[in-house]
Amino acid sequence: MKILVCISHVPDTTSKINFTENNSKFDNTGVQFVINPNDEFGLTRAMWFKEKQGANVTVANVGGPETEPTLRKALAIGADAAIRVNGVAIDGFYVAKQLAKVVQDGNYDLIIAGRESIDYNGGMVPGMIAGLIDANFINNCISLEIDGENATAIREIDGGKETVSTSLPLVIGGQKGLVEESDLRIPNMRGIMTARQKPLTVIEPLTTDAQSTSISFEKPAPKGAVKLVSPDNLDELINLLHNEAKVI
Amino acid sequence: MSVLVYTESENGTLKKVAFEVASYAKAVANQLGTTVTAIAINTNSTSELEKYGVDKVLSITNSSLDTFNAKSYAAAVKEAADKENSKVVVISSSINSKYLAPLLSVGLNAGYASNVVEAPISTAPFKVKRTAFTNKAFEITQIETEIKLIGVSKNAFGLIEENGSGAVEDFSPSIPELGITSKSINKASNKVSIADAEIVVSGGRGLKGPENWGIIEELADVLGAATACSKPVSDLGWRPHSEHVGQTGKPVASNLYIAIGISGAIQHLAGINASKVKVVINTDPEAPFFKAADYGVVGDAFEVVPQLIEKLKAFKAQE
Ligand SMILES: Cc1cc2nc3c(=O)[nH]c(=O)nc-3n(C[C@H](O)[C@H](O)[C@H](O)COP(=O)(O)OP(=O)(O)OC[C@H]3O[C@@H](n4cnc5c(N)ncnc54)[C@H](O)[C@@H]3O)c2cc1C
Repeated sequence: MKILVCISHVPDTTSKINFTENNSKFDNTGVQFVINPNDEFGLTRAMWFKEKQGANVTVANVGGPETEPTLRKALAIGADAAIRVNGVAIDGFYVAKQLAKVVQDGNYDLIIAGRESIDYNGGMVPGMIAGLIDANFINNCISLEIDGENATAIREIDGGKETVSTSLPLVIGGQKGLVEESDLRIPNMRGIMTARQKPLTVIEPLTTDAQSTSISFEKPAPKGAVKLVSPDNLDELINLLHNEAKVI
Repeated sequence: MSVLVYTESENGTLKKVAFEVASYAKAVANQLGTTVTAIAINTNSTSELEKYGVDKVLSITNSSLDTFNAKSYAAAVKEAADKENSKVVVISSSINSKYLAPLLSVGLNAGYASNVVEAPISTAPFKVKRTAFTNKAFEITQIETEIKLIGVSKNAFGLIEENGSGAVEDFSPSIPELGITSKSINKASNKVSIADAEIVVSGGRGLKGPENWGIIEELADVLGAATACSKPVSDLGWRPHSEHVGQTGKPVASNLYIAIGISGAIQHLAGINASKVKVVINTDPEAPFFKAADYGVVGDAFEVVPQLIEKLKAFKAQE
C-alpha cells in the first residue's frame, strides 16, 4: 500500500498571533512551527499501517523551503520519503490542486490529511483532493482499518459516530481518535539521523489560480474584565445571565 | 440567478441552523438584488423557511438520501445551483456541511470560504470575514471565482425574520454512485448534542473523578444543555471522547458556556472561544479562564454547583 500523508506546517498552538505589513501578513517572528496536530494523528496512523501491514509512507507539503524542518520531522518519525511542492500556499484550493497532482503522479492508494489546519481552519484540502481525483472520501475520520482494497472507518457526526465501509483509493480528513494522543511519536536521535539520508524531493508547482485571496487580518476586540460574583450570591449570577447576557 | 441555501433537517424536521443560513442567504440576496432558493432534502414541512426570506424551496424526496452521504448531497446541491444559475451558495458549518462543502466547491468550481461570521463586506469584489487561527483572529477573504460557496459559522449571524414567498417545487436530482456505505450510526438520541446546544455545561479535572459528574449532568438538565469536558477528563476515561472540547476536540459555539473546574489552557480556549457568554467556576482566582470569561465565581464546584442548581430550579419554576 502506498500512503501519502499531507502535512501542513502551522504555528504551534501556544503562539501569539500577530500580523505585519498593515495587517495583511501573518507575523512569524518568534513563532515555533509544528506539524499540524490533526495531520500528526494521521501520520502516526500511517506508521501503524507501515509497521503492522506493510506500507510505504510519503509525506507532502506545499510551501517554501522554510517548511522543510517540518517535513524532516515527519521523516524522523518514520516516513520513508518527503515531497515539497515549491509553491506559496495561497488558499486551500491551490494546495489541493498541487497535492492532487502528487497523488496522481505517485499512484497512492491512501491519502491521509487532517480535517483542518489550525492556522486557516479552512477544512478544504482533503475533500478537494478527493473531488479533484474522484476518490472516495471520509471526513472527521476517527478510526481507520484497511483490509486489501477495502476500508472500514468511523467518522464523527453531530452527537455521535458513524461506521462506514468503502474502498481504496481513499482520502481521509483525520483527527484525534485515528490514534490516541499517547501514541503520538517524538522523533528519537536515531530517527533524526536517518531522516537526513531520506529523500526530500522538491518539485515545481503546477500553474494554477487560487480561488480566493487573503486580504487582511483583524484581532478580536479586547475583552472586558470578568464580572465576579460571590459564591454566596448566586442569585446575582442568575440575574446577570437572565437580564444582562440574556442567555437563560 | 438566485442565492441558493442548503437547509439541514433531522428526521424530517428543519434544524435551527437551517433558519440561520436562510437568514444569511437573504442578507446576501438583498445585497445582490435577487431572491433566495432553498434546497431541502427529505424534509416534511418547509413552510417555516418563508419567514426567513426564502422565496422558493426545491424539495427533494428520495429514500436513497435518508442517510447523509457527502457525495450524493453535494451532487444534489450542485444540480440545484446549476438549475437556479446561482452565483452564491450558502451552507452551515455543521460536521456534515463541512464534509460536503469541498466536494461541492470542486463540482461547482466555486471558491469556498468556511467559518464566515458576517454578511459579505462587499459583493464586487466578493469579500467576507471569517475566523482564523482557531478563533484567535479574523481573516478578510476575497473570493475570486464566479460562483461563491459560503459556510456560515454557527451562532454568528443569528435569525432574522423577513418575508419570502416560500413556493415549493419538487426536485429530483440525479444521484451518483456513492462509493461509501453507511454501516451503523451510533447516536445518543435523548441527549442534546454539543453542536446543536444553545448552552454547554463543561467539567474539568477539578471535578476530581467521574463519580462527581452528577452535578454537571443535573445542571445541564436544568438548563436544557449539553455536557462537555476538558481533554484530560476524556483521556482519563471519566467521560466519553465525544464530550472533549477544545482544539483537538469538538468546537463549541454556544450562546452560553459554563466551565467548571477547568483551568482555561490555551488549547481548551481555542475550541470554545466562539461561544458568546462564558461563565467560569473555579477555586483558583488565578486560573487563566477568568481572563477569557464574562462572569466568574471563585469557589468550590462542590459547594457552588449544587446551590446553583437549586436556585436555577426555583428561577425556572417562577419563569
Ligand atoms: C497539542 C495539545 C492539544 C490540546 N488540546 C486540548 C483540547 O482540545 N481541549 C482541552 O481541554 N485541552 C487540551 N489540551 C490540554 C490543555 O493544555 C490542558 O492541559 C487542559 O485543558 C487542562 O484541563 P483541565 O482544566 O480540566 O485540568 P487542570 O489543568 O488540572 O485544571 C483543573 C482546574 O480545576 C480547578 N479546580 C480544582 N478543584 C476545584 C474545585 N473543587 N472546584 C472548582 N475548581 C476546581 C483548578 O483550580 C484548575 O484550574 C491540549 C494540550 C496540547 C499540548
